[in-house]
Amino acid sequence: MRSFATRFLLTDDRRFWRGFALAGALFLVAVPLLNLLPGEGSALHLPNYMIPLLGKYLCYALLALALDLVWGYAGVLSLGHGAFFALGGYAMGMYLMREIGTRGVYGNPLLPDFMVFLAWKDLPWYWTGFEHFPFAALMIVAAPSILALVFGWLAFRSRITGVYLSIITQVMTYALMLAFFRNEMGFGGNNGLTDFKDILGFDLASPATKLGLYVATVVALGLSLLLCRFVVASKLGRVMMAMRDAEGRVRFLGYSVTATKLFAFVLSAALAGLAGALYVPQVGIINPSEFSPANSIEVAIWVAVGGRGTLVGAILGALAVNAAKTWLTDAVPEAWLFFLGGLFIVVTILLPDGLMGLIKRLRQTKAAPEAAVEKKHA
Amino acid sequence: MKALRLVLVLASILCIRPADAWAADAPSGDFESAVKALNGDSYDDKIAAIEALGALADGRAAPVLQAMLDGHLAALPDQSLVISENGAYRDALTGAILNDVKADDLSDITINNRVRGVLDGVLGQLSLKSPDPDARRKAAQAMADRRTPGAAEVLRAMLAGETDASVRSTVEAALGTLDLLSPDRSRRLAAIAILAGSSDPNVKGQLERLQDGEKDPELRKAADKAIASITFRLTLINVGANLFQGLSLGSVLLLAAIGLAITFGVMGVINMAHGEMIMLGAYTAYVVQEAFVAWLPPTVIGLYLVVAVPIAFLATGLVGIALERGLIRFLYGRPLETLLSTWGISLILQQVVRSIFGAPNKEVANPAWMTGGVDMTGGFTLTWNRLVIILFCLAVLGILAAVLRYSRFGLQMRAVAQNRPMAAAMGIRTGRVDALTFGLGSGIAGIAGVALSQIGNVSPNLGQGYIVDSFMVVVFGGVGSLWGTLLGATSLGVVNKLLEPYAGAMLGKILVLVFIILFIQKRPRGLFALKGRSIEG
Repeated sequence: MRSFATRFLLTDDRRFWRGFALAGALFLVAVPLLNLLPGEGSALHLPNYMIPLLGKYLCYALLALALDLVWGYAGVLSLGHGAFFALGGYAMGMYLMREIGTRGVYGNPLLPDFMVFLAWKDLPWYWTGFEHFPFAALMIVAAPSILALVFGWLAFRSRITGVYLSIITQVMTYALMLAFFRNEMGFGGNNGLTDFKDILGFDLASPATKLGLYVATVVALGLSLLLCRFVVASKLGRVMMAMRDAEGRVRFLGYSVTATKLFAFVLSAALAGLAGALYVPQVGIINPSEFSPANSIEVAIWVAVGGRGTLVGAILGALAVNAAKTWLTDAVPEAWLFFLGGLFIVVTILLPDGLMGLIKRLRQTKAAPEAAVEKKHA
Repeated sequence: MKALRLVLVLASILCIRPADAWAADAPSGDFESAVKALNGDSYDDKIAAIEALGALADGRAAPVLQAMLDGHLAALPDQSLVISENGAYRDALTGAILNDVKADDLSDITINNRVRGVLDGVLGQLSLKSPDPDARRKAAQAMADRRTPGAAEVLRAMLAGETDASVRSTVEAALGTLDLLSPDRSRRLAAIAILAGSSDPNVKGQLERLQDGEKDPELRKAADKAIASITFRLTLINVGANLFQGLSLGSVLLLAAIGLAITFGVMGVINMAHGEMIMLGAYTAYVVQEAFVAWLPPTVIGLYLVVAVPIAFLATGLVGIALERGLIRFLYGRPLETLLSTWGISLILQQVVRSIFGAPNKEVANPAWMTGGVDMTGGFTLTWNRLVIILFCLAVLGILAAVLRYSRFGLQMRAVAQNRPMAAAMGIRTGRVDALTFGLGSGIAGIAGVALSQIGNVSPNLGQGYIVDSFMVVVFGGVGSLWGTLLGATSLGVVNKLLEPYAGAMLGKILVLVFIILFIQKRPRGLFALKGRSIEG
């Protein structure tokens, strides 16, 4: 019988914990200190604009982590995870819109600017409650989860698998995109929600708030990673992986494939919603283009680049690809799509296990001679 | 092009040119004096002369009066009248061309609004007697619209002598709208009976106005019935129009999806770059058009589209074959990897096109024979380009079905799709068949691109708009079934357009998408599912 800590946090995986502590130190201690302590002119100073940018990458990393849970472990390639991300973002955006209060262009205490502009008289019923942060926080997780529950129940129950599932998840996010583009939906139409002023009373424009949001993102990502590790190491996680590799056999063994997939899908959607909610205050806008199928497909490549079915790989992949995107779109804008397209091809053909696979292979080749020596002695 | 020339020749034969009209009869005394009187001193004199000319029923009068109306009639110092035509001058009486007229010598024949009104009326009456049925129809309609007093009598007289059926029906309808205002009760009743057969929203409006002022219960009842029957017919036309638009949308969806039905349906390859094959086809059309403009005489420009179709097929087909040999064949049996890597290809192709042609939309013009359309009743137009695309996509589907069914290549293709090891054992080079099949699917996507360039923007993002739709069509229709694809595309198109009037364009589309998601729950393998073991593969 292993201890609680070993079972739930997998403390015996030393290598993971070393990396986890290192990353924690880097993102939670080094980055804020480098931002706060050295003077403006210092070479070590991390400029203010970098903080929300890093925060944005970490939100993407959380989204990639969520996708890796369903794709890498449950074998469900969702190409509509952007929809859950955007729903979480919209829930946060609605709270932030209500926070603006009378400081909008029209100064209406109840209605956001775009509703005044459309000559609406009342707040639509689904906007009620969003002025309270706890309710908004609940909806950030609940809205994507409910969508995932309904959609997943319909899809998994009728045993839609593989490519068909990928296509209809894409249809789902496409339909939502069209819906959110409509002004009548009451989510700001084409322009989405923007011009946010503050969150929980803290000014969104101030560097301190930005740093706070960044730290919250790091913590959320770290905790989500631990949660996913716990899930995949549990018995349920083993069923998930078995289902990924031989769905029919798992079904014949008496496990409910539908329920297992549904669990993974809903948990993943909730994490994606959380990522969206942390993303919106840091970039300052949420609009329907977040629902576009192309965005969701891009998330899949982050996971594939890092190595699917590894959790940590998804995070690394998201950070690496997005850093490359920021650098390339600035340095050689025409090259970005060539790079991204090439990445899709190279990773699927040459690096099926992604960066994590590469690291593992390098380590093995390094360890191999030593292992051979040990064998000889034995 | 040939057709166009033929039309021109026919038109010139049919057209009664002014000179021919003059040549028809020799100048007679009445005509001469009436024409001279057009240059009368007062407007009253002119009006009298115009009416006299109209009463003569002389074929030569119309061009002179028309010239007067247009301000092209002038008098020489010797009081003889001339008509100016683009800088040349004709004698108003004989129609002979006069070479020695100087513009300075001419004094214009002035008219005012009163004269203009009389001219209009007389010209209308004259064209009622024109030998061209189309002109007669237009004149009758114009007369009814203008409500000139006495118009009803003139039309009634004309109806008595009219033999052309289409002219008769127009005149009857025109007469009906005039008679609605007649003080005679039986006339009104008869008019309502005639108008009940109309399908013109204006007529419906007139009947409704009549009903507001009408006291006679029998007339009211008749009008009620007439309005109901017109409304019914208008609804039918509306449904017909929606149906046509639905078919048109369906044909677009079908064109986008046929190629996918081959690559995805037959080979099972998820080609996310399918939309980019369509885009490449559209750009091929653009390049061919530019080549025509640059190197060939303008008379053959209309043919560029015909030339673009095979070129696009070959170009995108070759791209497809290269793609299959270079990438996709390494990924058979790994559908999700195929999906991601072909998505990468699609991004690269988009950027290639953007780098070569630039991001803005390119102009691909409709050739002359595809512009315009047929006006149907009730303000509904069948446009040629939509009609051509519907026929074209049916032709493509038919040819493809024939290739699959009857050609040797089609046989090999089906064999490989059904049982690869057995096909290989029978000596079929499966690799080659794979490459050609993928090339065929891509080539058809290219052809679709040529067609779609005629109704939408040609930009690097063109393919993105079709990818979700075309996968939907294939999955809905049933993977591996051409007829499923046909039925899937048409029904989705029609349902979409029938929903549009009630739900709006966006919501209609959303409803269709939701319907598809729900439909796939019930029938995960589409409308026409293949049966047997192969589907589990």
